[in-house]
Parts: sequence; structure tokens; C-alpha cells
Amino acid sequence: MRALAWHGKHDVRVDTVDDPEIINPRDAIIKITATAICGSDLHLYDGYIPTMKAGDILGHEFMGEVVEVGAKSTLQRGQKVVVPFTIACGSCYHCGKHQYSACDNGNPADNQDIGRELYGQPMSGLFGYSHMTGGYAGGQAEYVRVPFSDVGPIVVPSDIEDEKVLFLSDILPTGWMAAENAQIEPGDTVAVWGCGPVGLFAVQSAFLLGAARVIAIDHFPHRLELAKKFGAETINFEESKTYEALMEMTGGIGPDAVIDAVGLEAHGFFVDNVIDQIKASMFLGTDRIHSIRQAILACRKGGRVSMPAVYGGFVDKFPLGAFMEKGLTLKTGQTHVQHYMPALLNAIVEGKIDTTFLISHTLPLEDAPKGYKMFHDNQNEVTKVVLKPDLALAAE
Amino acid sequence: MAADIDTVSARHDDAPVTTSKITHPDRALVAETVTINRPAQELYAFWRDPTNLLMVMDNIQAIAVIDDSRSRWTVKAPAGREVSWESVITKDVPGEEITWQSAPGADVANSGRITFQDAGGRGTVVRAVIAYDPPGGVIGQFIAKLFQREPRIQTRRDLRRFKQLMETGEIATAARTMQQFEEEEA
Repeated sequence: MRALAWHGKHDVRVDTVDDPEIINPRDAIIKITATAICGSDLHLYDGYIPTMKAGDILGHEFMGEVVEVGAKSTLQRGQKVVVPFTIACGSCYHCGKHQYSACDNGNPADNQDIGRELYGQPMSGLFGYSHMTGGYAGGQAEYVRVPFSDVGPIVVPSDIEDEKVLFLSDILPTGWMAAENAQIEPGDTVAVWGCGPVGLFAVQSAFLLGAARVIAIDHFPHRLELAKKFGAETINFEESKTYEALMEMTGGIGPDAVIDAVGLEAHGFFVDNVIDQIKASMFLGTDRIHSIRQAILACRKGGRVSMPAVYGGFVDKFPLGAFMEKGLTLKTGQTHVQHYMPALLNAIVEGKIDTTFLISHTLPLEDAPKGYKMFHDNQNEVTKVVLKPDLALAAE
Repeated sequence: MAADIDTVSARHDDAPVTTSKITHPDRALVAETVTINRPAQELYAFWRDPTNLLMVMDNIQAIAVIDDSRSRWTVKAPAGREVSWESVITKDVPGEEITWQSAPGADVANSGRITFQDAGGRGTVVRAVIAYDPPGGVIGQFIAKLFQREPRIQTRRDLRRFKQLMETGEIATAARTMQQFEEEEA
């Protein structure tokens, strides 16, 4: 089959590799019909994620058709499914509590050591995202092997467009969980830092969960426009002072809940920062911690902080004093995708949530390297790149 | 005298002895604990049949049952050699505990105990404690390396595989093809 493989910094190629096969009884093989490039894939592209090996197949946002099933899979050939990026067993204590991204068993035993050292306990496996999260081949390919296929993939109506449901795999549940973690009360004002895909979905979700006002903060004009379309008020932090604006806009109280969705595109585990103690790298440096620091300072007293943005290591200058003195609550974590998929699928089918607006480019899988480059180079206009293995190459 | 898992040191707290900061120069003691979301009896029954353990233990080449309490364990050594020892079950409490000890003459005198403690809604707390005497000789050095490379990590990984198999019915692998899977297993 053809698959997008990582070969090093800014070097991804579409290679011909062996087709995946059923290995364990609960496996299924999915023929990919659509897959997206996630912002976090750019960190692999930029060479910031350790434990990558040349030839690793990328991609953790994907969907397709079931073409083969193991003896204990509950899927049937021909079904159309969307696959969560988190690989969870459904049988362990954490899965029983619907904390799927904390699954004990989704990550192969030998690959759990790093998570244990770094975080105290290892987290679940992930598709196409380095060897410390399992070393699983991803879905930017013609086919993918999906472990625990009786738990993860959700069957979607066969006549629904891929574009409408593809983002159930990651960013839509991630945006929803961000809003849920903000514990929104009717009439609340919610501020969202970052209008990438997850931030934009968090804006939509916050309104659905009862927020009266949502204030979106970014510096890309196009992304702020998208937030505005969903009813958010906007702050462009290159043009306005964010804290001062928030205070003015909330009657001097501060937002009831704040969501840090900056860098949320990174499901990344920035181990390099931990191991090398490179505190000032662009990903863990001032800008990234800046958003959570600003969010904590702006948040009203007794308010709630939701942090879908990924932080992998240690941060300096975390305003612990403000956090304590103001009596804030912080909720965060990798998304428990499996928990959110069914309700969000319903919301999509019922027309309550639209995700198609996000897609700015659709390319054949063969053009994936071009997709990575354009997404990397132009984040204002390129909001989301979808890859389709069946799409013919455009005439040059 | 074979290594003893019941090493006692002066303690003034409730922490397990295996977490003591005071190390014993002549004896290595490794302990790992995992909670498995299955009944104790089922986990015990799996562990009571040594041949099952090949599925979850990475280092072991073969386990041959001699009789109900004795089995022979074989580990692959360099240059096509093999090293083996006989393991004898010295205490067996169905559903709760299995304790074993190497028979006299083992390259690495070792002993171990696995306990299964009911944890209610969370399943069963499984605790493995393994003790061994650092051996001498060339083969002894190899074995020592094998055991000591990261004995705790090895035990931890074996218990994770045990947990995966018991909870999910399979052992997680990232292999994409059967060929990759077999290469990993080799």
C-alpha cells in the first residue's frame, strides 16, 4: 500500500510498504477514505518529538471502510467507521470510568516505560505518534490496522459525507471536552485562547453548553473570522491588550471560565524539553506558557480553567499564587475520545454541529508531503488539510 | 542458602520492605505491584500453570513442567548456549499466593512470590517479589546481566503483559504485519 512516512525533519514521503494484517483477535483493518493532517503532526514534521523512527507511518485523524476483522472484532466488513486517535482496551479500570486516554493496556508493555518515568503512570497508545505512545502505524495511508476495534471505531451512516464526521476522530471531541471541562453555567462568559481547530470547536461547544458569551483570542485574522461566524466576540492580541480588553468586556470581573487552546494542536509529549531541559524552545517557551498564565490572571475569582492545550514537560513561571489565591479550578487531559463520539455523532447528524467549515484544502494522499508543507507554512489560510487516497492527482 | 524474599530490615513505617532505601549488598530484591481488573482466582489459575507464563515473560525461552510443584526454566544464552534451573513451588495457597524457590545447584539462586489480593471493584492487586543472589562464573555473569540489566523493568513489563492478556484477552502490539510481529517475538 501507499503510506505517508516520516523520514526526518521536514522530510515526509509517500512510500510503498506492506499492507497491514490482522494480528490480534480484536483487530480490524480499515481502508482509509479520508484522513487529516493535525496541527500536532507538524511537531513530528518539525522534528520536535523524540522516539520517532524513519519510516514511521503518520496520521491519527482518519476514517474509512472495514475490510477485514479479527475473530473478536464486533465490526462487519463494509461498515463505515471513524477511528479515535486514542487506542483504548475498554476493559481496564480507567476505560470502565470512560477515562479512555488513560487506558492501561492500549500501549504495548515495553513502550510504557517512558510514560511511567515522565508522568508517574503511562497513558494510552496513540496512532502514528512516536514510539513512546505505542509506535502504532497511523492512518495517513491506504489501510490501517486498528487494535481493540470493538471499542474504538464508531460506525457512522454509510450515506453521510466523510467531511461531516472525520473530526470525530480527535479535534471535535477535544474541543467539546475543553468546553465541558470549563464547567459552564448558564449565562457564563467564556474566553478561549487560540482559534485553531480545537479552539473553534470549543467556541461552538461552549455556546451549546450554555455560555452566553464567548470571547475568542488569536492573531490570525482568518481564524478570528471563523470564530466570529459562530457568534464569538474576538480579540486580536497583536492589535489589542488581551487582559485589559477582557476586563473591559466583562465589566471588570473577568471571564467565568477560560480555555487555553493554544498549542492544543500538539498532542505532543515534549520529552525533548524534559530530557534536554531546553526551557526556551519555541514550544515550551514564553509563548506557550504565556497563554495559560494570561488565562489564569484574567479568569474571575473562583472561576474555572480548562486546558486542552498540551504541555508535556515542565513550565516556568506558572502563576501558582494567583491560581491558589483566586480559588480557581483546573481541568485538563488528553481527550477521552470514545466517551464523546456517540453524542457528538448525533449532534452532527441532527445538524447542531458543523465541522466542514474547517476544511480549507483536500488533496490526494500522494500529495501529502505538499499538504504538510502548506499547512506548516501558512497557518492563517490553511486551517485543515484532508487527504484522500482515492482522489486523483490534479493535473500539474 | 538461596536468596530470601522475606528479607527483614529495621523499619519504622508501613511502606513495603522492598521500597527500603537501605540496600542489601549480597542480595537483589525486586517487587512490582499491578492491579488487574479480573477475579483473584482466575489470575491465580493462570499463574499456577507455568507454561502459561511463556506468553507474558519476555526473557524465558522454555518452561517444562516436571510435576505439580516442579518446573524447569530455560533462558537463551550467547553462542547458542542455554542456561536452565529447576524451580520448586514451596507454598501454594489457591487463589491467594504462590511461592517458589530454585532447587540447589541453580546458576542463579532465586526465589519469588506472587500474591493475589481481592481489591473489590478494582479487581485484584497482584504483587510479585523476586529475590536472587548475584552469581559467580562466566555464565553467572551473563545471568546476572540478564537479571540485573533492569530486573525491575523486566518484571514490570511482564506484569503489564499479564494484565493485558487477562483484561483484554490479548497482548498489545504495534506490529503492522505478521512478519513484524514474529520479528518482535523472536
